Amino acid sequence: MFTWLHPYAKTERAYALCNTLLPYFLVTAIVGLVVGIIWGLLFAPSDYQQGDSFRIIYIHVPSAILSMSTYVAMAAAGFVGLVWQWKTAYMSMMAIAPVGAILTFISLFTGAAWGKPMWGTWWIWDARLTSQLILFFLYLGIMALYAAFSDKTQAGKSAAIMALVGVINIPIIHFSVEWWNTLHQGATITKFGQPSIASSMLWPLLISIAGFIGLIGTLTLMNLKNQILRREINRPWVTELLTTKEMNVNKEAN
Amino acid sequence: MNPRRKQRLITVSVIGGMVISAVSLMLFALNDNIDLFYTPTEIIQGKGETGVKPMIGQRLRIGGLVVEGSVERNQDTLAVEFELMDTGPKVTVSYTGILPDLFREGQGIVATGVLQANNLIVAEEVLAKHDEEYMPPELAEQLKGIQHVKPSEAGLNSAPSY
Repeated sequence: MFTWLHPYAKTERAYALCNTLLPYFLVTAIVGLVVGIIWGLLFAPSDYQQGDSFRIIYIHVPSAILSMSTYVAMAAAGFVGLVWQWKTAYMSMMAIAPVGAILTFISLFTGAAWGKPMWGTWWIWDARLTSQLILFFLYLGIMALYAAFSDKTQAGKSAAIMALVGVINIPIIHFSVEWWNTLHQGATITKFGQPSIASSMLWPLLISIAGFIGLIGTLTLMNLKNQILRREINRPWVTELLTTKEMNVNKEAN
Repeated sequence: MNPRRKQRLITVSVIGGMVISAVSLMLFALNDNIDLFYTPTEIIQGKGETGVKPMIGQRLRIGGLVVEGSVERNQDTLAVEFELMDTGPKVTVSYTGILPDLFREGQGIVATGVLQANNLIVAEEVLAKHDEEYMPPELAEQLKGIQHVKPSEAGLNSAPSY
């Protein structure tokens, strides 16, 4: 079923695939972020309750939603690594981790900045905020665990197990606002049925989410390329790649 | 899929399944304690199936909607008293301090304080809770008949009328 994927277990093919995909993600990132954020911050109407303060939604919601998506992507890569034992899967897992950690941090930070003027507090230990904080710690834990082993296959295995165990936190974050009483609001767009946000505010939000996806893809692919090069530094194809690059640089210099 | 991969797949799935059931059981057992606040009904009639009522003198959080027309401000101090309700009985909250900008009648709020009598809470912190609806003021007026007022202006204009 997945045999078409097998060639990408080879680092050289994976590196080439990164190069092919990178421009698409980069363009989505630039267009999405510029259009989405400028539209959201300057041109979308202000909210009937929260006035202009609600505009932080254009950063907070994309980073919060996608911090969970990147976690699932990271765990899926870890799962593939565990079962099929591909080192490219472990490398992808570790390429996503720091991007996800920063997204989670952005969502917590913007959430605090939004909470102070609207709720009246920076932080409260309600189920949504606490489970999102746990997600942040999970990301950090996975990166720390991976860094703790000098044998990178062993490191990948341990980090993948931790990532998989942590997946249980994702539905908890998502449903925390339904299962328990929280200060955090319920879901506005990630629910079945009509989103409870006016379409003039929803469009810039969706575009901003697309931009964030592009940014995440770009950063992850660049990180993955670096990881591949660092791991395979002694392979002939890397040496060849680096020498041709060097030659080009020298040519330009001359 | 070769047998070794298959074995690894089964091992990983079994471990995953066990973790999921363990965490689900834990959360189910802790269910009542994860709630951030009591609703007014829960304070007066007891919580869920267990029917455990909070004791007088207990520190707790209450969350509910501010009852329309129940807000009474003291003209000389920052003291304010209002009633909260959800679907059942009302609980009175008394508070001294600055209320959040979003505080108004009909708004959901969460207050932390000490239960003084079975329907009176002396709060030391009042936080505003907003719902998941976002819309421009014109639309809100059309749909809900809500007059648009900036949160800060609402506080200033409505204070003398209480």
